[in-house]
Amino acid sequence: MNNIRSIYTRELKSFFTSPMGYIFLVIFAVINGYFFTNTFFLFNQSDMRALFGIVPLVFLFFVPAVTMGLIAKEKNAGTMEVISTLPLRDTEFVIGKYLAGLTLILVGLGFTLVHLLTLASVGTNIDFGAAICGYLGLVLMGAFYASIGIFSSAITENQVVSFIIGIAIVITFFLMDKLLIFVTPSMAGIIQYISVEFHFSNISRGVVDTRNLIYFGSMIWLFLTLTVRVLEMRKWR
Amino acid sequence: MIQVENLIKHYGPVKAVNGIDFQVHDGEILGMLGANGAGKSTTLKVMTGYLSPTGGNVHVNELNIQDHSLEIRRQIGYLPELNPLYLDMRVYDLLEFTARVRQIEGKAFKKALARVVELCGLSGVIHKQVAACSKGYKQRIGLASAIIHDPAILILDEPVSGLDPNQIREIRGLIKELGREKMVVISSHILQEIEATVDRIIIIDGGKIVADGTSDELMASFHGKTHLTLEVKHASDESIRELNAGIAALTITDINAVNGSHVIQLEYEKKDDPREAIFMHALAAKWTILEMSPSRVQLEDVFRNLTVKGASDE
Repeated sequence: MNNIRSIYTRELKSFFTSPMGYIFLVIFAVINGYFFTNTFFLFNQSDMRALFGIVPLVFLFFVPAVTMGLIAKEKNAGTMEVISTLPLRDTEFVIGKYLAGLTLILVGLGFTLVHLLTLASVGTNIDFGAAICGYLGLVLMGAFYASIGIFSSAITENQVVSFIIGIAIVITFFLMDKLLIFVTPSMAGIIQYISVEFHFSNISRGVVDTRNLIYFGSMIWLFLTLTVRVLEMRKWR
Repeated sequence: MIQVENLIKHYGPVKAVNGIDFQVHDGEILGMLGANGAGKSTTLKVMTGYLSPTGGNVHVNELNIQDHSLEIRRQIGYLPELNPLYLDMRVYDLLEFTARVRQIEGKAFKKALARVVELCGLSGVIHKQVAACSKGYKQRIGLASAIIHDPAILILDEPVSGLDPNQIREIRGLIKELGREKMVVISSHILQEIEATVDRIIIIDGGKIVADGTSDELMASFHGKTHLTLEVKHASDESIRELNAGIAALTITDINAVNGSHVIQLEYEKKDDPREAIFMHALAAKWTILEMSPSRVQLEDVFRNLTVKGASDE
């Protein structure tokens, strides 16, 4: 626990001592803000559903960008050798890093609360239950993508490569839902269950089923475990 | 005590380490010498638990490196080759981070920090960013971070490469200081760095140990040729030729005529010392000897002899 905290704090500090953390957050906030307010001026009305439609798309790029350096940077700089020879378990290292990346994503998501607050102060007829469910969905989605991101960061020492692999895996899970018309009905159920969109839309509609929570939990666990395994493999190369 | 038994490490088809055996005893400074790519760093990486061996084993104080990696890593301080550091951190934060991972916090950290700052001379840069420090300081920061938990075993991979002569002397002094109470393993491809610091040397070549002993032992066991410089006056070419013919064990490698005197370079097997015979010859030929100085066997000769021969054997 102590070690996870050390890794987590170090990583979070390094996000904010370099310009990277700020750049990511500003870009994320600006893109979301742009799309959210776009319709606002066209139709003179606004709702949070617009935001919950945009953020998943922005996440496709934002999350791999945040996580691309988590492990790849350490490998590239050689600090991985120092870390691996400290009395530290690979699991602790991965969890600490993962939580730091996730924190940055949650901070980014926190910026979008501005829109909710604006609506709450000037709008009428606001369904806070739906907003809370929407945010829960986004948090789970961000956490899932972050686990994919840290995995792709572990398999290479090049941050750009990690970014591209991250996007590729994330988009695969994102688009799986759209493939359903091409597969046999027997496969459709499975593919639908694997696709992230299915679970996300369930949750953001307000139907928080344990099936959805189990999906996100097990996917995050799977990718974090894979990350640890990849790190262990370096010993045997 | 560290015990390395028949250590083998292959990177795919490349046999980086090919059956290495040695021991390091408590309070000993061991130097590991070898050309680039001889297998030194790989051996050290296995000893620190960074890599797993393909075959063989490493025991640290009776603990097996594969089963007790975490315990062993607690006892070891390691400075990897090229000294990778978190450049974006301040020196203080870096040391605090390492200390925290090693469960040193609060008062214990303050004490440990004061000790390494004094030992490594870091007081001037403690609040600087690591990236802003000079190479010499970076090396000291790496060393400070490796010894913050006061480890019983210190493993340093090429700790002085790339430093200027003054910095080398400083780091060397520091290592010697540390070696008084710790077991130190230090690798290098530069002889002078090691010769002055260590108690015992092992020479590695092609993934194997080709020599193991103190620097005196290694030089004593050296079977190469000794060189002798002879400067004489009043020597005719003919009498010089006679010298070569008269003493069987001797080979003349070079003759230089300078201002009426001859500087002759000679070579002979260490066991048959020809100096007396040369003197007698000079007396008979009526030479005046200005200089006769055998060059003493340098560790470098031993190293070159062992590693070059090893390479040609394969």
